[in-house]
Amino acid sequence: MLLDHADIEKTPSVIIYLLRRVFYVVPIALAVSLVCFMLVHIAPGDPINAILPPDAPQELVIQVKHEYGLDKPLPVQFGMWLLHVLHGDLGRSLATGQPVWEELSVAVVNTFRLAVVAALLGFTLGSVFGGVAAAWRGTWIDRCLVGVAVTGVSVPHYWLGMVLVVIFGVELNVLPAMGAGPGGSSDWSWDWEHFQYLVLPSVTLAMIPMGIITRTVRGIVIEILGQDFITTLRGKGMLPRSLFIHVLKNAAPNASAVMGLQLGYLMGGSILVETVFSWPGTGFLLNNAIFQRDIPVLQGTILLLALFFVVLNLMVDLLQTALDPRIKRA
Amino acid sequence: MIETSTAEVPLMIEGKATASQGQGYWQGVARRLSRDKTTIAFGVVLLLTFAAILFAPLLAPYDPYQNDMLHRLAPIGFEHHPLGTDELGRDLLTRLLYGGRLSWFLGITPVLIAFMLGGLLGVIAGFAGGSVNMMIMRVTDVFFAFPSVLLAVAISGALGAGIFNAILSLTLVFIAPMIRVAETATTSVRELDYVEAARASGAGSFTIVRVHVLPNVLGPIFAYATSLISVSMILAAGLSFLGLGTKPPDPEWGLVLNTLRSAIYTQPLITMLPGVCIFVTSICFNMVSDGLRAAMDVRS
Amino acid sequence: MEPLVQVRDLKVRFVSKDATVYAVNGIDFDLAPRETLCVLGESGSGKSVMLRSLMRLNPPRPTVMSGTMRIDGQDVMAASERQLADLRGSIVSMIYQEPMTALDPVFKIGDQIAETIKRHEGTSRAEAERRALELLELVQIPSARQRLAAYPFELSGGLRQRAIIAMALACRPKLLLADEPTTALDATVQIQILSLLRRLKQELGMAVIFVTHDLGVASEIADRIAIMYAGRFIEEGATDELMRGPLHPYTQGLLGATVHPGLRGERLATIPGSPPNLEKLPQGCAFAPRCAHAERACLSEAPATRRPSPGRTARCVRVLDAA
Repeated sequence: MLLDHADIEKTPSVIIYLLRRVFYVVPIALAVSLVCFMLVHIAPGDPINAILPPDAPQELVIQVKHEYGLDKPLPVQFGMWLLHVLHGDLGRSLATGQPVWEELSVAVVNTFRLAVVAALLGFTLGSVFGGVAAAWRGTWIDRCLVGVAVTGVSVPHYWLGMVLVVIFGVELNVLPAMGAGPGGSSDWSWDWEHFQYLVLPSVTLAMIPMGIITRTVRGIVIEILGQDFITTLRGKGMLPRSLFIHVLKNAAPNASAVMGLQLGYLMGGSILVETVFSWPGTGFLLNNAIFQRDIPVLQGTILLLALFFVVLNLMVDLLQTALDPRIKRA
Repeated sequence: MIETSTAEVPLMIEGKATASQGQGYWQGVARRLSRDKTTIAFGVVLLLTFAAILFAPLLAPYDPYQNDMLHRLAPIGFEHHPLGTDELGRDLLTRLLYGGRLSWFLGITPVLIAFMLGGLLGVIAGFAGGSVNMMIMRVTDVFFAFPSVLLAVAISGALGAGIFNAILSLTLVFIAPMIRVAETATTSVRELDYVEAARASGAGSFTIVRVHVLPNVLGPIFAYATSLISVSMILAAGLSFLGLGTKPPDPEWGLVLNTLRSAIYTQPLITMLPGVCIFVTSICFNMVSDGLRAAMDVRS
Repeated sequence: MEPLVQVRDLKVRFVSKDATVYAVNGIDFDLAPRETLCVLGESGSGKSVMLRSLMRLNPPRPTVMSGTMRIDGQDVMAASERQLADLRGSIVSMIYQEPMTALDPVFKIGDQIAETIKRHEGTSRAEAERRALELLELVQIPSARQRLAAYPFELSGGLRQRAIIAMALACRPKLLLADEPTTALDATVQIQILSLLRRLKQELGMAVIFVTHDLGVASEIADRIAIMYAGRFIEEGATDELMRGPLHPYTQGLLGATVHPGLRGERLATIPGSPPNLEKLPQGCAFAPRCAHAERACLSEAPATRRPSPGRTARCVRVLDAA
C-alpha cells in the first residue's frame, strides 16, 4: 500500500478515544454484575426456599443461610459474590452440587459452536441478499429478497425449529431431531456424525440474523450507490468488480458493526432454539436453572453471557474505528 | 433480535422538517401509503385478524377451556372441529381465537408502555442535554448491555410466570431502544434551524417542545415502535413457550405451541397451527410498519 | 480531418411514473481536437445532462437517449457497456462540480489515481504509483508525496479538485469534460483552478467541453461558446465574435445583464420571466414567452438552426442564413 507511515503514526486523539472506550467497559461491567445479582433477589419469595423445603427446622435454615451468606445485608452479599466471581468462583449448582464454572464452560462452548455456524450462515446469506437487492433495487428481485428478509424476522424461530424437525426429522427422517450427537455435550468433532446435529438448530437460529442483515446491508448499499463517487468511478471506466470493492469497503464499517451485535444476540438469545432442539448450550442450562431455581447457575450464566456481550460491543466499536479512516481523525 | 435502526430516525426527521410542515406532510404520507398496494393488502389482513380475535366469543364454536378427552388430538378437518383439538380435547379453532387476544395484548401493551415512558424519557434526555442526558443514557446503556432475549428471559425467570410479569419484563426490554430512538430523534430536531429561531424569538422550553419538537419526533418514534410489535409478540409467545409467560390453561399462542409439542410425532399438522398464527400476525405487522416508515421517508 | 467529437440531434429524456423530463432536445455540434467549447446556460437548461450523455453516464433506468454521438471515431450510442468503460477515463474524462463528494472517502487519493492507470494501461502497482505522484505534481498540489497517502477528507475543496483533475488526466485523455468544476469553490481558488486547466489543456493537447453558468469563466477559457436554453443550443460561435455581437435575444439579454463598473447608478437590465419547466416544453421557441421580439412564427415550431456566417449558428427566426 502507498506510504503506510501515515497509517502507523496514530494521532493522539485516536489513542485517547480508544482508551476511554476500553475504560468505559468497567462501570458497565460492574452495573451488569449488579443487575445479574439483583435479578435473583427481586424474585418473589425467599431464595432459601430453593435450597430447603419450607418446613425445614429453624436451626437448619439458619445454618444454611449462614453457609450461603444469605443472612448478611444485600450490599455485603453483592460484594462477597463479586469477589468470588473475580477469582473465577461462580459457586456450586444447587441441583447437581458441581462447580458452576464446569457446567458453564461446557455449555458455553456448545452455544458458541451453534452461534458461530448460525452467524456464518446468516451473515453470508444476508450480505448476498442485501447486496443483490440493493444493486437491483426496485425490480422483482429486490422485492423478492426483501420479502425473504421480512419473513426471516417475522417467523417465530422456535416454531420454525419445530417445523424443520417435523419435515426433516419426522417425515423425511434425514436429520436428528435433538441433542448434540454421540458423546453428548462434551465430546465433539467436526465430522458428519456430529455435524448433522448442528444443521437444523443453526439453520433455525440463522433466520433472524439473515433477515436483519439483509435489510441492513440493503440499506447501506443503496445509500452508498446513491453517492457521487460512484458516478466518478463509472466515469473513469472502472469495471464492476472494482465498483464492488469500493462499495464493500464503504459498507464494511457499518455492516460489520451490525454483524458483531448480531453475534452477541445469537450467543445470548439462543435459549429458545436450544430448548426446541435440546441443544446442550447455555440457553438449555439457563432454562433448567430457571425451573429448578438453581440460583448460582442462573447468576453465573446470565453474568457470563451479558459480559460477553459487553466485551463484544467494545470489540465492534474498536473494529469500526479501525475500518473507517474518517473516525480515526474525528 | 431488536433491530437497531436508530439511524433511520434522524433522516425521517430531517425529511419531515424540510418538507412543508403541518398538513402538507401528513397528506403526502397518506397519499404515498394509499398507493402502496402491498402495505394495504397486509394491513387488510391485519384488520381481519384483529376483527376475528375481537369477536372471538361470537365466532368461536366452543369454550376454550372445555376438555373433551374422548376427542383429544383430532386432526384438521375432523367433524365439528375444523382445526382439530389439542392434547386435552379442546377445540383448536376456539383456543386460537381466544389465544389471539392474549397474544395481541402481550404484543402491543409492552410496546405501548415503552413508547410512552421511553419516548418521554428520551425526549427529555434529548432536549435537556447535559447531565440529565448523561444520567438517562448511561442507565439505558446498562440495559443495552444485555441481549434482548436474555434480558426478557432473565427478568421473567426471576419474577416468575404470569401475564403481568411478562408484560413488565418485555416493557423493560423495549424501554431501552425506545429511549435511544427518542433521544436521537430529539437531538436532531433540537439542532434544526427553526428551533434555534424559535428560541431566539423568546419561546419558552415547554412551548418549543410542544410546538416544534414533539410533532416532528412523534411520527418517526411511533413508526419505530410499530416495528417492535412483532418482536414483542414473538418474544411474548417465546416466553410462554418456555413456561415463563402466560400460565396454563390460558390459550396464548406460544403456550399452545408448547403444550402441543408432545404431539409432534403423532399429529404434526396441528402442532404447526399456533406458529402459523404468530407468523402471519407478525409478518403483517412488519409489512405495515415498513410501509409506514417508507411513506414517512420523504427522500425516496 | 474528422472532428474529435461529432454530435447529431442528441435528445435525452428521463421517464418516470409521474412525469417525463425533456432535458436535451436536439443538439448538434462538432468539436475539433485541442479545441475548447464552453456550454453556457442557467440552472435547469440541461447542460449537465448533455455533458454526462456524451459518456452515457446518466442513471440507466430512467434515461432514454436518441441521436448519434461519435468521439474519436467511435460510435458512443451503439457502444456496449465494456466498450464504454474502456472509453471512459482513457479517451474521455470528466471532472465534477462537487469536489467534496466526488472521491471515495475510504480510499487514499493516491490509490484512486493509481487504480485508473492500472485499469486502462495495465501497469504495475509501482509504476502506477509513480505516475500518480507525477500527476499530483502536475496539478501543483504541495507536498505531493505526503498527499498521495491522504484521504479525501484531509484535503480542502481546492486541493480535492486538483486531485480529481489529476485523476481525470491520468491516462492522457483526448477530451476532457468539465461540469462546472469551479462553481463550488471559493472565488480565489476558482481563478487558480481555471488557470491550471488552461495551462494543462495546452500542455496535454486536450479538447475540452466546459459547462458553466458564468460568462466570465467562459470568456476566460473558451475558444467557442454554445448558449444552451431549454435543452437546445440556441446560439454558437467563437468566443470574441459571440461576446461582441450576440445574435439571439437570450444571449443579448445575458450579456446585457452582466454587472460592470460602468453601470453605477443605472437600473440593472434583466430578462423577464423564468426558464421553462423541462417537463412541459412549449411547442415553439422555448424562449418566446420571455422574448421582446417574439412573432407569430416563433410560437408554432422551434426555429431551425440558422448559419449567418461560418462557425456561427443561432436558432432564431430573426437571424438570416448567409446568402
